[in-house]
Amino acid sequence: MRTLRFLLRKEFLQIVRDRLMLRLVFIVPIVQLLILSSAATFEVKRAQTYVVDNDHTESSRGLVNRLQASRRFVVVGASPSMDVANDALLSRKVSFVVGIPADFERDLVRTRAAHVQFVFNAEDGAAAGVTNSYASQIVSAYARELGVELQTEPTVGPALDLRTRGWYNAELDYKDYMVPGILVQLVTVVGTLMTAMNIVREKEIGTLDQLNVTPVPRSAFIAAKLIPLWCIALIELTLGLIVARLLFDVPMRGSIPLVFFAAAVFLLAALGIGLWISTVVETQQQAMFIAFFIMMIYILMSGLFTPIRSMPVWAQWLAQVNPVKHFISIMRAVLLKGATLTDIAPTLGALAGFGAVVLTLAVRQYSKRAG
Amino acid sequence: MTTSSVAAAGVSGRSHHSKRGALRAFVVKELHHILRDRQTLTILLLMPLVQVVLFGFALRSDVRDIRLAVVDPSPNHESIALRDRFNGTGRFRIVTTAPTVAAVEPLFRRGQADVALVFPPDFAEQRADSTPSQLMMLVDASDPNTGTTMQAYTRAVITAYENDQEPSRAIRIVPDVRMRFNPTLESVNLFVPGLIALVLTLVSALMTAISLSRENERGTLEILLVSPLKPAQIIVGKVLPYLGLAFANVITALLAAWLVFDVPFRGSLPLLLAESTIYSLVSLALGVLVASKTPSQRAAMLVALMATMLPNVLLSGMVFPISSMPAWLVPITYIVPARWFIVVARGIMLKGVGLEYLWRETLVLIGMTVFLLAAAVRSFKPRIG
Repeated sequence: MRTLRFLLRKEFLQIVRDRLMLRLVFIVPIVQLLILSSAATFEVKRAQTYVVDNDHTESSRGLVNRLQASRRFVVVGASPSMDVANDALLSRKVSFVVGIPADFERDLVRTRAAHVQFVFNAEDGAAAGVTNSYASQIVSAYARELGVELQTEPTVGPALDLRTRGWYNAELDYKDYMVPGILVQLVTVVGTLMTAMNIVREKEIGTLDQLNVTPVPRSAFIAAKLIPLWCIALIELTLGLIVARLLFDVPMRGSIPLVFFAAAVFLLAALGIGLWISTVVETQQQAMFIAFFIMMIYILMSGLFTPIRSMPVWAQWLAQVNPVKHFISIMRAVLLKGATLTDIAPTLGALAGFGAVVLTLAVRQYSKRAG
Repeated sequence: MTTSSVAAAGVSGRSHHSKRGALRAFVVKELHHILRDRQTLTILLLMPLVQVVLFGFALRSDVRDIRLAVVDPSPNHESIALRDRFNGTGRFRIVTTAPTVAAVEPLFRRGQADVALVFPPDFAEQRADSTPSQLMMLVDASDPNTGTTMQAYTRAVITAYENDQEPSRAIRIVPDVRMRFNPTLESVNLFVPGLIALVLTLVSALMTAISLSRENERGTLEILLVSPLKPAQIIVGKVLPYLGLAFANVITALLAAWLVFDVPFRGSLPLLLAESTIYSLVSLALGVLVASKTPSQRAAMLVALMATMLPNVLLSGMVFPISSMPAWLVPITYIVPARWFIVVARGIMLKGVGLEYLWRETLVLIGMTVFLLAAAVRSFKPRIG
């Protein structure tokens, strides 16, 4: 116990003394959280639009007006030629072209149905899909409006009046969803990467061999390495949550102690992976690469950017052994949905099991290597 | 006078020659370093493959399986008919039927249901005497993107049901939608260009930064300093092998994308390779800069990681469209080299356009290369002590 205390003192001193690292570890993730959370959105605010109106009627102008009035579309050019529009699309000046054929209004009056052309620059895939759904909504609203105008007999209301309520994120704010996920990612980077690097550094400069010939037990050494980083990661989570609350107004509907409890459990797994990496590599460069490789797969397959349930089945199975995925889903459930301990118990259990297995394997591997 | 100038020329010529030889030896040494570290090399070569496969197979944002909770206080013929419509789409799966909203709420908290459809208690009577009945749709909108999509799918099913019951006389405007350059919105087509940028940055910036700062940490940089090599030559020697590696990675990523996913390649391959080289140079220069500004490998790695990797993924338009970002953030994306490269790579691969449309982005990349290389050479003045 006494040895552990001295070792911990040494580790903390080393960390606190390295001012640059300390700043990097604390300031950079916060800056990242600020910038990245704002960047991570699929919402399209102002789609640059090009209008090819060959109809020149009140109805066709009405359609363009409705698009503009929604404030989601900015008409930046108009001409009767599709070729000019195509060029604007190729040079990325516009992302959306509306084509209104010459007999648009006539068709509407005669056949009660008319076609319009939507051409998107699908180079920005997600944005194109979202813009399309906005535009379609506006067009069908406009059709209803025209229906009232053009219909002679009195209109009857819809038979089924469907009301929609979005639970947990009524304003559809992307930040509420992304910030908890990005926080997890930052904690993972600190937990795994820093652990791996920290131990390999001792290996590289030869102090690990020195420590191994002292009477310090391995368990004390490992504990002394892991505990400070565990604390740093938790402090970082605290800072991140404060930023999320104050700057991004992310709702925190569940219990914050529960979040920290889950984080503490998750970090066992994250640190365990870091420790395991440190046993299989010789240099910091290798440590970084392996850590990076593993983290990249973990983060991409965690549901941070794309929903897990859209993945093919094999990938969903793979995601089950991904601690990052479990922690992200816990964070989102507790913060946004106010999930309780019983709600997240299965996920938390999986996380704890994973952490225990990884940590045990890593410690055993470490002892074998160093021995 | 003539003899002395000839002698001077001879001396400078000889020393020039020996420096060239030294440079070659130095590049060979660097290559040995890279080739000897099998582990890192394997990862470096495998990374683009794994990434393309993961991105291609796993990263999809389409919603296929929606778990529906039905809240039906008094089940009846009408409401069951509508429920069957949902079951019949193949997209919806009814996970529970409950009498109250409170009973399904825990399912939402646990993430076991996505949409709840709430029938009014007197649904059957309302349908019988054709008074409008109010249905409520509750959507788990914690992920706004998926939430909106699920909402649209649910609405579509209900509208179709309604239209079948009484054919609508409403006016219709039918949009004919064309998704240019990527008709199926296949995500792998969009990610591959971004992926090339990512891999190039990783190999170029990160590896250079670490490799240089390792020499610094171990003190071998001082030995290099007293060698006849100039700082610029040291940089070239450090950079060249990684440039080769980066090139190999571009080819692997392109081949994987083409063979496994059939990603289109509509433009000119030499142009893409040339642009990739420019982009690699930008990243390499960044790596040198980072190495010269940081005291240790760990710091270099963290700075390089923070300064390149995440902006590359998130501020480059690779995943999240730049047009969606808030106005204050857009100027920041201008200093991310990947932002320009991705426009170029997508232009060449998906649109099949050439320099006539991409000259602006290319100029920006060249400007960045020149500026960063100059800054890197200037800042790279290793001092002793």
